[in-house]
Amino acid sequence: MIRERYINAVILALMVIISIAALWMDEPFTITLATKAVILALAAVGLNLALGQGGLVSFGHAAYFGVGGYAMGILASHAQNYTPLMEVPFLIEGTNQMPVIWLVAVVASALLALVIGALSLRTSGVYFIMVTLAFGQMLYYFAISWPAYGGEDGLSIYVRNEFPGLNTLVPIQFFGLCFAVLCVVLFMVHRLNQSPFGLALMGAHQNEERARTVGINVTRLRLVAFVISGAITGLAGALFADLNRFVSPVMFDWHTSGQIMIFIILGGVARLCGPLAGASLYIILEHYLGGLSEYWQIYLGLILLFVVLFAKGGIVGGLARKEVRHG
Amino acid sequence: MSTILLIEQILNGLQFGVMLFLMAAGLTLIFGVMGLINLAHGALYMVGAFAAASMAAWTGSFTLALIAALVAAAMFGALIELTVIRRLYKRDHLDQVLATFALILVFSEATRWVFGSFPLFLDMPDALSGTVMLPGGIEYSKYRLTIIIIGLLVALGLFLLIARTRVGMRIRAGENDREMIGALGVDISILYTMVFALGAALAGLSGALVGAIQSVEVGMGEPVLILAFVVIVIGGIGSIKGALAGAILVGLTDTLGRTLLPVLFSTFMDASAATTIGSALASMLIYILMAGVLIFKPTGLFGSA
Amino acid sequence: MCPETQDRENTMFTTLRWSALGVATAAAMSLAGVAAADGHAKLKVGLITTLTGGGAGIGADIRDGFMLAMKQGGEGIEVVVEDDQRKPDIAVQLADKMIQSEKVDILTGIIWSNLALAVVPSTTAQGKFYLSPNAGPTQLAGRGCHENYFNVAWQNDNLHEAAGAHANTAGFKNAFILAPNYPAGQDALKGFKRMYEGELAGELYTKLGQTDYAAEIAQIRASGADGIFFFLPGGMGISFLKQYADSGIDLPVVGPAFSFDQGILQAVGDAALGVQNTSQWSKDIDNATNKAFVADFAAAYGRLPSLYASQSFDTANLIISAAAKADVKDQDAFRDALRAADFNSTRGDFKFGNNQHPIQDIYVREVIKEGDIFTNKIIGTGLTDHQDVYAADCKL
Repeated sequence: MIRERYINAVILALMVIISIAALWMDEPFTITLATKAVILALAAVGLNLALGQGGLVSFGHAAYFGVGGYAMGILASHAQNYTPLMEVPFLIEGTNQMPVIWLVAVVASALLALVIGALSLRTSGVYFIMVTLAFGQMLYYFAISWPAYGGEDGLSIYVRNEFPGLNTLVPIQFFGLCFAVLCVVLFMVHRLNQSPFGLALMGAHQNEERARTVGINVTRLRLVAFVISGAITGLAGALFADLNRFVSPVMFDWHTSGQIMIFIILGGVARLCGPLAGASLYIILEHYLGGLSEYWQIYLGLILLFVVLFAKGGIVGGLARKEVRHG
Repeated sequence: MSTILLIEQILNGLQFGVMLFLMAAGLTLIFGVMGLINLAHGALYMVGAFAAASMAAWTGSFTLALIAALVAAAMFGALIELTVIRRLYKRDHLDQVLATFALILVFSEATRWVFGSFPLFLDMPDALSGTVMLPGGIEYSKYRLTIIIIGLLVALGLFLLIARTRVGMRIRAGENDREMIGALGVDISILYTMVFALGAALAGLSGALVGAIQSVEVGMGEPVLILAFVVIVIGGIGSIKGALAGAILVGLTDTLGRTLLPVLFSTFMDASAATTIGSALASMLIYILMAGVLIFKPTGLFGSA
Repeated sequence: MCPETQDRENTMFTTLRWSALGVATAAAMSLAGVAAADGHAKLKVGLITTLTGGGAGIGADIRDGFMLAMKQGGEGIEVVVEDDQRKPDIAVQLADKMIQSEKVDILTGIIWSNLALAVVPSTTAQGKFYLSPNAGPTQLAGRGCHENYFNVAWQNDNLHEAAGAHANTAGFKNAFILAPNYPAGQDALKGFKRMYEGELAGELYTKLGQTDYAAEIAQIRASGADGIFFFLPGGMGISFLKQYADSGIDLPVVGPAFSFDQGILQAVGDAALGVQNTSQWSKDIDNATNKAFVADFAAAYGRLPSLYASQSFDTANLIISAAAKADVKDQDAFRDALRAADFNSTRGDFKFGNNQHPIQDIYVREVIKEGDIFTNKIIGTGLTDHQDVYAADCKL
């Protein structure tokens, strides 16, 4: 039995080692892949808070991922074309500064999560899964058919946005930035889980009745968790858009929601670094199986089935061998 | 818009709804009896369509094609129930969603591997092609009319099966108390396999019927799957009656929304903008409907808490 | 084409499909097309296309057409093939990989406009060439044109414009037009209206990926239109045509070739017979290159080529012709060689306009049945030496 915190340290260290090794061997694409893993892991860290800690199985987190992406796309495209975002009632200019974009992405996706969460939390169980899926699809169709920001074509940003003191176009620098963001968020989530709020959320997940009897407002607690969860995924969306220098409605697709869930289940539900382990494994599979066979998704499906059926707890759970209840 | 056109559109909405019902009935039955949420239902729809297209290409008979669709979908349904699905009944919904999502990947790519990437051909039988004149001067497609009738017959059959037969009694008992029925000596695992295969066969039938007027291709099950979920959530998960009501509601809303919204918008805005915005809103309409229903009735129209 | 070869092709279509699939897969997975004998390629091409998910049939045509040309004349050119899964973010990452890790000189292969828009700007910004074998989005044809971006297929509006022109010739006075509600769909209707001179009985946007068109067909029936123009690519078009044929409405239909390519027609069946569609390529264009291409493609892959295959075949031959004249490391010389378009096109005459998009004839074809196979036959010319309207905005 290995303590989870050591596993976490190893996973994080591996990411850094791989990237530095890739830099040394002049394999910039490996760094890009690692960056992608880090960003997708961040999206899954957001979902993990709602799904793992809170037991809220949201099948619509693509909505926040997409909103974060479009926050970047819209702000940056206005900055790129030197057109104001809006003039009435007051002037708002576009921007290419990442901190500003991140703030907007977080606020926008938090607001959206507040609305969707308030409506969806009236339901539970399968209804909750399905209603979150439906809200995601609603935004997907909206993004496709709304012509102002490219519709299905999406929006291309020709250069990556800027972060003070860094050249974000250099793969290793952008990786470092994303990795730092992930570490900060992981630390915050870790503190949150240890806080009375986090313990109450976990408690409400394990025994809702008991939580109510001790006077916890379970619905409000869950709504707060859902909003934080959406905001983190939104931040990941903004970073993902910057990684690709491109946003499109595909970010809102229900497959994206499914993928974010897959990262969590591969890595381990309710494990702090589960999402990172899961996202990394997924990208390794996608990259290498994709090179082996055109039909690689058959193997991906089979691996996923195996993990769900026989390897509950995912990578981190399997290594730590300590059950964390979810359900 | 003329009355005749409106009635025709209502018929179209009804036909779309009946089609969705065939999908939704299986989903809701499986959820009601086994408590399982099955994303791979759309894959069984695809299996039905591909089986029908292959059989039709081989024999030229549409009846045989429909039978092939039913048999193939039921067989694959039973196969995945025995190998994968039955391990999921006691799991939480998250595991069920992911395992059946994995099945979608396997089924889609395996189908592509066997049949290639090009769409297959499946045509309706000559006897059902063309139109008939309905009372009131409405010219309507014979095939679509047949789909409406088949769908309603299946709905009736399901009600009778559940209300009148021994199997139906066990299904109802299973819905109410899963442990109890096992204790009574009913071999629950056979019952579960049968229910799953029945649901799969309905999906396969639906795939074959639709395949004749649409494109038989890999991934065809996914849009329908999501719509079927919307249907059962609106109707109340586990309720056949709810699935029928939900299906027809969704069918009508979608069809009428698509035709009426652009017209409505053009009364107060420029025609071309009205088409764009009206169609955009129409594509979101059923999700708005679903959100609306759940706000007022969080367990759907016919669902029990 | 004589009936005999036709029959041979029919049997091949069914029997060779399996082995063709295997060969194609092997070719794609070995990561190498035809490398020079000494193992050192003088030119490396990255081909990113859709090989899984929706539209994988088109991707197979693009890849196979390209590889056929490379097999015939691509000595010393190495080709790397990757699957974009029709996802823009995957396409961008593959482009990054090809440029950063594989160090390719030229990228090509993308089918969809939205993917092209995601990949092309960053490719040209990194000083690589991009040759489009299919998508021709408006944004890249006008002000957004680039000296390293070449389109070997068409600008997106072209085939729709030809359909508009043909609608006039065919005597449409009151047309009903429909397309999916997304940018390419909006452009399609715009392109049609640019050339069409009659009235509109109705204009409809459908949902992207929609499969049931009963409601739209009912509106067409009620509209009093005298002709229909539709742009519904892939499975959408199959569904629409089958349902339209069953509706009992008997109006002439025109559309761009995308709903009538060789891969789709067999799935539509009789419902497509007699429909007129516009295309810059057809398998019966009478020139030696095209005849050889159609025969070789059928022999190699066991199916008839589609217009997508012809476009990627032309793209590959353009690359081969430029590589024979100039070293790709000398970008200016190589660009001039590409601009000269000094290769034998399956379309006959082929030249580039100032924005490096084709100036070409666009034909009107009719769907016919040859033996058991549905295919197209040229019945006229829609537009001659046609250039897109955005070229004027291009500063090149």
